[in-house]
Amino acid sequence: MNSYKKAIHKNFKENTFFRWGCIITVLILLLVVVGLFWMPYEPTAMNAAEKLKGISLRHPMGTDNMGRDVLSRVMYGSRITLLIAAGTVAIGTVAGTIIGALTGYFGGMLDEIIMRIIDALFAFPSILLALVIVSIFGIGWIQLLLALGIAFVPSFARIVRGEVLRCRNMDYVENARLQGVSDFRMIFVHILPNIRGVLMSSILIGFNNAVLAEAGLSYLGIGSQPPYASLGKMLSDAQQYMFGNPSYVLCPGIVIVLMVLGFSFLGEGISRWK
Amino acid sequence: MKRGSFSRRISAILLMIVMTTLTIALSGCSSDKAGDSSKLTVGIPQDIDSLDPHYATGAGTKEVLFNVFEGLVKPDENGNLNPAVASEYTVSEDNKVYTFTLRDGIKFHDGSQVTVEDIKYSLDRNAGTDGSEPLISAFSQIESVNIVDDSHVEVVLKEADSDFLTQLTVAIIPAANTDPATKPIGTGPYKYVSSSPQENFVVTRFDDYWGEKAFIKDVTFKIEANADAVVMDLKGGSIDMYARVTSQQAAQLDDNFTLYEGTMNLVQAMYINNAEKPFDDVRVRQALCYAINPQEVMDFVSDGAGAEIGSAMFPSFTKYFMPELNDTYDTDTAKAKELLIDAGYPNGFEFTIKVPSNYPQHVDTAQVLSEELKSIGVTANIQEIEWNTWLSDVYSDRNYQATVVGVDASTLSATSLLARYVSDAGRNFVNFNSPEYDEAYKAALANSDDAEKTEYFKQCERILSEQAASVYIQDLPEFVALNKKFTGYVFYPLYVQDISKIKPAE
Amino acid sequence: MKYIIKKLFMMIVTLLVVSICVFLAFNIIPGDPALRMLGTEASPELVEQTRQEMGLNDPLPVRYGRWLFGFVQGDFGTSYNYKIPVKDMVISKVPITLTMAVMAFLLTILISIPLGILTARHEGGLLDRILMVTDQIVMSIPPFFSGILITLIFGMVLRLFTPGGFTNYTVDVGKFIRYLFFPSLAIALPKVAMTVKMLRGSLLDESMKDYARTAYSRGNNTNGVLYRHVLKNAMIPVITFLGMALADMVAGSIVIEQVFSIPGISRILMTSISNRDYPVVEAIIMGIAMIVISVNFLVDVVYRIVDPRIGLEE
Repeated sequence: MNSYKKAIHKNFKENTFFRWGCIITVLILLLVVVGLFWMPYEPTAMNAAEKLKGISLRHPMGTDNMGRDVLSRVMYGSRITLLIAAGTVAIGTVAGTIIGALTGYFGGMLDEIIMRIIDALFAFPSILLALVIVSIFGIGWIQLLLALGIAFVPSFARIVRGEVLRCRNMDYVENARLQGVSDFRMIFVHILPNIRGVLMSSILIGFNNAVLAEAGLSYLGIGSQPPYASLGKMLSDAQQYMFGNPSYVLCPGIVIVLMVLGFSFLGEGISRWK
Repeated sequence: MKRGSFSRRISAILLMIVMTTLTIALSGCSSDKAGDSSKLTVGIPQDIDSLDPHYATGAGTKEVLFNVFEGLVKPDENGNLNPAVASEYTVSEDNKVYTFTLRDGIKFHDGSQVTVEDIKYSLDRNAGTDGSEPLISAFSQIESVNIVDDSHVEVVLKEADSDFLTQLTVAIIPAANTDPATKPIGTGPYKYVSSSPQENFVVTRFDDYWGEKAFIKDVTFKIEANADAVVMDLKGGSIDMYARVTSQQAAQLDDNFTLYEGTMNLVQAMYINNAEKPFDDVRVRQALCYAINPQEVMDFVSDGAGAEIGSAMFPSFTKYFMPELNDTYDTDTAKAKELLIDAGYPNGFEFTIKVPSNYPQHVDTAQVLSEELKSIGVTANIQEIEWNTWLSDVYSDRNYQATVVGVDASTLSATSLLARYVSDAGRNFVNFNSPEYDEAYKAALANSDDAEKTEYFKQCERILSEQAASVYIQDLPEFVALNKKFTGYVFYPLYVQDISKIKPAE
Repeated sequence: MKYIIKKLFMMIVTLLVVSICVFLAFNIIPGDPALRMLGTEASPELVEQTRQEMGLNDPLPVRYGRWLFGFVQGDFGTSYNYKIPVKDMVISKVPITLTMAVMAFLLTILISIPLGILTARHEGGLLDRILMVTDQIVMSIPPFFSGILITLIFGMVLRLFTPGGFTNYTVDVGKFIRYLFFPSLAIALPKVAMTVKMLRGSLLDESMKDYARTAYSRGNNTNGVLYRHVLKNAMIPVITFLGMALADMVAGSIVIEQVFSIPGISRILMTSISNRDYPVVEAIIMGIAMIVISVNFLVDVVYRIVDPRIGLEE
């Protein structure tokens, strides 16, 4: 445990990407965590007298077209965005890993059938999937999460399948098989832990893709329900006030960029681990 | 190495392609928006849903086709019906037979003469006289359309209706045109040139127009699917006019633009499903009316612009509009709470407002309403839905609790706004049910005396207000931004854009 | 050969799965094309009559069979909304989106490969650091946001193009390409960033391998090694990525077409979904699926040609 701490300490000092990744991610998480307990204003409270105000002491990120405090809304919106991204990656990883591991390990007819479905899903733009899901269940962040999650399954499944295929014929697996280890145990105890490195980086990339995809879908009108808004939805709502009140566009925009940047720096930092 | 030189050659070709592209892209990039006032580009918020005027349903389509097609009569900016394809008309004593005289020498865009056969064809097509369903439900009243002679046509009704003229704005199209859905031919001041899905609808001036000819020769209606980009497109010069800018967008425009302020001619309301609990109780509906403040909605949604309404009628129908109904429910939280207690909801209740996501004003309005209703302990959740889901779920299946939309009038008749509240009307999506209303409405239709008729319609409006059929809010403001190169925009009491009146400034 | 036939057969199966999915999806989602066509003023009887005429009341398998039968014969049906044959509509819109995707793809290759090699050769240096940080930032901007920023900077401030001033290729090819340049750039940017990062990593990995070191020790100069062996091997994962990126560009254009008001295939697709214009949706999705699947197939083939370790016979 101590060596772990030491390594982190060392990397924080010497690994620039890791350091900045930590700093930025902690800042964003702070914004979300503080928002759980305290926000400067109620994020839905409207004020007709303070519509579209710029940055001020009273409103550090200005106000929106309903006179709502942008900082409070960003705090709440980051929470929604993080939830969507985390949920998406969770669905993608869990389902993708199970599917990929089983098909890769057993192969055969099952593999063929499932891979054809995965191919079909892959060929089906995620935005369309989201549109279809939203048309059925209505607009909302849970639907969005579901849509993105499903859209993320194929890529995870393919990565895991490829890795499992690679590991299947390795010596240690052969050895274990000779010792009579069950298939289930083989997959989950022997093979999967060996591909956690690949999985870890896919998760970090997936997380970023989820944040960006959420923003894109919100822009196309498939986002969270008003009066609350995810960061992506805020950004697209703010676009039309760009000339009059740039701070309303820039603040959620910068927070999204930082959120993604923090995680990709972390990923980069880990890949350059010293 | 052979492959090496091959890949090098490929990359050389690639490089050349891109360089050429770049040169084309960047050369002569001087923006070509230099002022040319013989050409007008009008931004429109949605695509044309049908080039066949009889199948065009969207308000956004009708407002454009207004420039291409005309009916026997045509509305003007003051809300009068003027003869168009017909040069004059007479109505029989019993309000059952309408006789029209064909305008002498009037031509279709393809140069052919309009004939009485064309008129009969156009009206029959809408009335479904061949046994199919009528395209316009009001046309089910038509008994027959008869050709009297070469220049006269009579429309015979099943029942007397003194108001039927308002329906006869329906487009007259040539019977000889076998493909009206792709080759639109009309008699209006502009003729169709081309259209491209999601891109544009191009028209040019019709020089043989019977009336006052249009000023601007070439007009392109450009589809602005991305409402957020309107300010940018106006400023950048890719559109000269946009009729639906919001007050906040208007504030971002510079002085290259003239802003015309009018109203959209819509009845914006939180429509409530009267058949659904707890809204089947009139006291609950009234409580909602007392709790909300239309002025506050206008302040938030459009910086205070807009016109308050108290019933299902908007101000530009001056003959029918009753400003006094705005005061039926002055905002009074205490009163609202009292009514809720009487109705058995001392702790309020929770309901969902379904609102079409493609109308930002309605979504914003719903958000303000939701905040306002908190003060009487009522929780209103907002659910944004797609427009087509709205059409089928809310409008057609009536599967909703409340919704915020604007209802427009398709003709200049009061019936176009009031008919839907009759208990058994197919379009009565609020499930309003009042025998008193049905009676007043029927009396209005049957009456041939204009003053009495109007009085009955007003009675209808009063009942809607008192019974709180819905929470009536406002007629939304309409800001029209027009580049200063042009002038002459006029508002109509209907949802139309009359481009023929716009002329180059100096 | 056997491999290719097997692959082709699988492609057809995948396409069938896609088409069934689309058909089922549109059977589930609310919204009635007939109602949408007729609007709020229509009587319920008229809606019913129109449904009958459009064949919407037939059972699902019958409708699917009818569609499939037409599709394989090249008849994609008629758009409910525009009343014109879907084929004509798609054909008139495909060049727009395709031009944009191809331009974006070329831009990606042209910018990212030199940059990738550059950063790899200056590994750890100032240039590498600056480029890598820029790279990460570019990857962190949501595509629609970068589209808006590009419009703002190049359109509004520098006036290099007129925002929203799209000209169709049928009117003026020069203006058409000029307008599409910036949207293509917006599509290309994130792909460029990813390719640079990928190529850099892959180049560094390769140059650490034994064969590269041997080449060094034999006195080969750096350039020779890099270009001949390392680059070739390093390109393998990059090709895979670029292939996927090309397929993704068609789908990625959905957002960009919206930002830049381009009436391309994606915008038609979006509106057709919300208009419940199924014949159009089905045709376009099949088209996109075909592109994605064939690009994946091509990548596979190229992969096997570049990397002789994987043979064409499996």
